[in-house]
Amino acid sequence: MLGPSGSGKTTLLRVIAGLNAPDRGRVYFDGQDATNLPVQDRRVGFVFQNYALFKHRTVGDNIAYGLNVRPRHSRPSREQIRARVAELLKFVQLESLGSRYPSQLSGGQRQRVALARALAIEPRVLLLDEPFGALDARVRKDLRRWLREVHKETGLTTIFVTHDQDEAMELADRVVVLNEGSIEQIGTPSEIYDQPVSPFVISFVGEAVALPVNVEAGRVTFGDRTLHIDTHGLRSGPARVFFRPADIAVATNGAGELEGRVESLRRTPAGVRATIAIDGYDQTLEIDSPLDQAAALGDRVPLSLANARIFTVSDTKTDYVDAGEGI
Amino acid sequence: MSEIAVESFPRIRTGAKVRPVTQDAPVTRYLLIATTLVFSLTFLFAPLALVFVEAAAKGFSVFLEAFSEPDAIAAIKLTLLVAAIAVPANLVFGLAAAWSIAKFSFPGKSLLITLIDLPFSVSPVVSGLVYVLVFGAQGLFGKWLSAHGTQVIFAVPGIVLATIFVTFPFVARELIPLMQEQGTVEEEAALTLGASGFTTFVTVTLPNIKWGLLYGVLLCNARAMGEFGAVSVVSGHIRGLTNTIPLQVEILYNEYNTVAAFALSVLLASLALVTLGIKSFLEWRHADALAAGGGRH
Repeated sequence: MLGPSGSGKTTLLRVIAGLNAPDRGRVYFDGQDATNLPVQDRRVGFVFQNYALFKHRTVGDNIAYGLNVRPRHSRPSREQIRARVAELLKFVQLESLGSRYPSQLSGGQRQRVALARALAIEPRVLLLDEPFGALDARVRKDLRRWLREVHKETGLTTIFVTHDQDEAMELADRVVVLNEGSIEQIGTPSEIYDQPVSPFVISFVGEAVALPVNVEAGRVTFGDRTLHIDTHGLRSGPARVFFRPADIAVATNGAGELEGRVESLRRTPAGVRATIAIDGYDQTLEIDSPLDQAAALGDRVPLSLANARIFTVSDTKTDYVDAGEGI
Repeated sequence: MSEIAVESFPRIRTGAKVRPVTQDAPVTRYLLIATTLVFSLTFLFAPLALVFVEAAAKGFSVFLEAFSEPDAIAAIKLTLLVAAIAVPANLVFGLAAAWSIAKFSFPGKSLLITLIDLPFSVSPVVSGLVYVLVFGAQGLFGKWLSAHGTQVIFAVPGIVLATIFVTFPFVARELIPLMQEQGTVEEEAALTLGASGFTTFVTVTLPNIKWGLLYGVLLCNARAMGEFGAVSVVSGHIRGLTNTIPLQVEILYNEYNTVAAFALSVLLASLALVTLGIKSFLEWRHADALAAGGGRH
């Protein structure tokens, strides 16, 4: 579940876990209505944003907690619990830290303890609330890779909440994009990238530039220029064209749909990123170009669009048209 | 150019002591420390020491005799009884109040927080008088109570009620900020792991607040045993029946029985010292526990 802060990701996750009650709608686990099931009986493995480890218990006791609080008749024996804890500690690669207290661990280690604790109860679904939010970039990357392996090994349905699009795109089979409490789009990472259904999705997932245009009988105009974008019957009126830095390039034949002036150049690992002030538009846009084609500062360059998307200003999803290849 | 720039700065005297900007001049420092010391010695320590000196003024046997007096024994027993009821009662009330304030949001919450502080801001005499008005013979429930053969005012129940009222804030005030700071996230984690509400309370909430709770109970107990004002109003000063230690001390003092009065005072003063001692110990343990992010076992 991907969305900016305040978009309702965590709330939705808590509703699934049974920590919050939904105003409307129902929660199903494997086709079975769980809406009125108390949180204790849902068997969800919840990993909280700040880990929520029991700070007065050792790592081992934290992991064993879910087994120790079971009613007597279904509680495993002491030996079984100990064995399970050892197994989980090994699984999260913290074998030697079972008798430490959470405060004596690093953030990444705490995160893994939280996951082991959630896995101890053999959950039906694993719910992760921004689990890497408080960690530095490097640890995040390692844990991300590790989490993928965990998922592969356990085969557990896992719902991962994040505001980091890279994280979502890397980890997820399916991405749910949320905005202001409602779901904007559900799809595979490719679908989210290539077929965004709303201006929000295209601007939140990856960088995008929005160009105000006018649609008149199937013709898209920006100022006095005509953009070659298929409107697929979009109704006439003001609209916006969205494109990503990769979708715009310096026109090689010299005649572009847009023209602008190079304001600044910045070296990136792949090439050069140029900031360009477009004629007739008060904002700048950025394009990536390979090293050998780099223009000089102050140059006027013709630009051509590929793969732009157009949405009417009302932003309703039904008005969406994937304009596909624009020439 | 550069020479001029250098010249415009005051010369740095080598060998001069450099004082951190946050540290005051030595004179100011000693003056402040001396004032504090003199003040606390005169107004805090000397009176306390005098209690012990006066109590022992006529020898140790006289001092011990004061405790064999039946009225004194009755007063000690009553004080222990009152504390034994008031402290557990406020432990439960305080926990409930702190729990509801810290973990739920409901209308009138800030009013409740203010109400909890009421016993601190109202003079104990006034709270005693209020109980007389409510439960006394001419009071609100007076007729109903006497019809049912129960006496509250000028009897033990009144003393217990007044003590509960006066000591109400101690546990709650200690726990509210602690529980608010800790939030509900550990409890939620316990719930998702299958623990019931009660199990969560015993295994997660209680260990997290144990030091604060103990601290609150200790202060509550000290005040419950030492309360004078409110208890004085509702007790009726019946010797051997409704006199707590502080009331007994006053009676003895008014009868010029100084040694006995100070002997009983020693008991209260010792209680205060023990409380302070344990309080400091707890603070030390508490700080240690906080620094480690949790209690040690």
